Amino acid sequence: MDLNSLVSMLLGGMAAGMVLFIVSVGLSVTMGLMGFVNLAHGAFAMLGGYAIVLTMKHWGLPFPAALLFGFVSVAAVSVVFERLLYAPLYRAGELDQVLLTIGLVFALIAVVTLSVGPETQAVQLPPWLSGQTDLGFMQYRTYSLVLIVAGTALMIALWLGFERTRIGARIRAAVDNRRMAQSMGVDVGRLFTLTFALGSGLAAVGGGLGAEILGLDPQYPFRYLAYFLIVVAVGGMGRISGVYFAAILIGVLDFVLKIYFPKGGTLFIYALTLVLLLARPHGLFGRKGGA
Amino acid sequence: MSASTDLARRHHWRWWEALPWLLALGAFFAFPNYLAFGTQVLITILFALSLDLVLGYAGIVTLGHAAFFGAGAYTVGMLALHLGWSEPLSGLLAAALVAGAIGLASGLVLLRTHGLALLMLTLCTMALLEQAANMGAHWTGGFDGMPGLSFGKILGVFGFDVLYYRSQYLYSLAALFLCFLIVRKLVYSSFGQSLTGIRENLLRMHAVGAPVRWRQVIAYTVSAALAGVAGALFTQANGYVNLAVLSLERSAGVMIVLILGGYGRLYGAFVGAIAYMVLEHLLAKAYPTAWQLGLGITLIAVALFARNGVIGMFDALRRRFAGGAR
Repeated sequence: MDLNSLVSMLLGGMAAGMVLFIVSVGLSVTMGLMGFVNLAHGAFAMLGGYAIVLTMKHWGLPFPAALLFGFVSVAAVSVVFERLLYAPLYRAGELDQVLLTIGLVFALIAVVTLSVGPETQAVQLPPWLSGQTDLGFMQYRTYSLVLIVAGTALMIALWLGFERTRIGARIRAAVDNRRMAQSMGVDVGRLFTLTFALGSGLAAVGGGLGAEILGLDPQYPFRYLAYFLIVVAVGGMGRISGVYFAAILIGVLDFVLKIYFPKGGTLFIYALTLVLLLARPHGLFGRKGGA
Repeated sequence: MSASTDLARRHHWRWWEALPWLLALGAFFAFPNYLAFGTQVLITILFALSLDLVLGYAGIVTLGHAAFFGAGAYTVGMLALHLGWSEPLSGLLAAALVAGAIGLASGLVLLRTHGLALLMLTLCTMALLEQAANMGAHWTGGFDGMPGLSFGKILGVFGFDVLYYRSQYLYSLAALFLCFLIVRKLVYSSFGQSLTGIRENLLRMHAVGAPVRWRQVIAYTVSAALAGVAGALFTQANGYVNLAVLSLERSAGVMIVLILGGYGRLYGAFVGAIAYMVLEHLLAKAYPTAWQLGLGITLIAVALFARNGVIGMFDALRRRFAGGAR
């Protein structure tokens, strides 16, 4: 194997990993904050993907504007869900949360199937994103490179927001010890609504950006649920950089394994996750003793 | 009758406990054209009953219970296809052993964790088995599974009917009854009591010195074996097995069945399976999307308002009624 194909495999895996990161990062923070088992997170990514693809197709919105529209609309919708459905179950057991969110996934899949149809939606990338870029030693798909740059920029921005702002400090405090943060006067409920909206909006952007790689159809939320959860579980809950590296790890592994073992390469990812979680229940990058 | 005598006698059989079995036998004569469907209902009841043992009684939330259903289903399929071992009854035993062994092995390591990690680990165990079945196409048939399996006569006497499902139905009913006796015995024993204790207050059970993890592992193993029997019945009755027996949809589906009926109570699985399967039979084929939408909204409503399922709602009504009469 020569260097070029190695680099192109790495880049392809990283691009897929970036999509996983953008979708999963919100899930990591909301699960860390409230310990809420939100299996419907992938459904928000699907909703965003549809909003983005359909506004581009029917309203003729340019790609960046459609991404913004997807972010805002899904964030707004998710706040409604959060207030109406999630809030009553904060103190409930995992089982009720699992039921609620699986029910929500079923309902959203049905709504999308009824209103748009069961077929796969194709995303039409603008010409400035669909070509090849000269890296000096090789040519590579511009879109994948843009994904890698955008995902990394997002990680740095989120990380700075987490580490350097007051609201980030509150979120970190609440993830580490919810009760202590509450008794210090942090309104964890409002914090949760805020991060929930932000996380769902990011998932929507991830759904749109990733439609080219992961595809987009009504079965999306169930097909990738395990992947999103694995990224969060491996990365550690409420850890931005942990989720970033976990997403790259899973993305690259998946990409490479699918080339060498096209039939059951994901077997190794599940096995790895199993071993990892048994050895470190708080994830590869998670801190022990969190909330 | 005071509450304490109620509690002391709760393992006694009550007259209405014969009803489900009489109804099942009655259905055999009343609906000869629906016995194939009836067999599926019986299998679903058994699967939900096995889940009740871990979810309802031991309080272990799992997303991967289909792992054991699939293990049982593939065990009898592979035995029949590769070893020519097609006697159904011994196949059930083999399936129970294999699924139970997987339950024991995975339970020993998995049940050390809890919460999200446990949820993920159960999901990963199932996905692992699914991918293994997908990869080992030489033995398992891979993506297409094993179609067209045929099974021998039960104990060498009763053959399966291809068209009418008569012996399949009675055979599944007998298997369900036996498994139900085991579960009933278990949950009313002191072992079952301690499982409920673990579900209700883990810390206190640790504090009184109960062997918490072993109890959980044993419950998990028994439940896995029973789910394996359900999977084996599925393969034997249908004559095929494919990857769908190991899917998240199946895990979620059986959980929905149990929750709708009411978990942590012996007959919840029966009510849930019958209600779910009949509704699905009537609606899912004709209006699949509307069925999914209704199912989703029902689940949301159950999670928010009716945590004890259908039987729980009747219980609440009865209590209100009894309270009013006094």
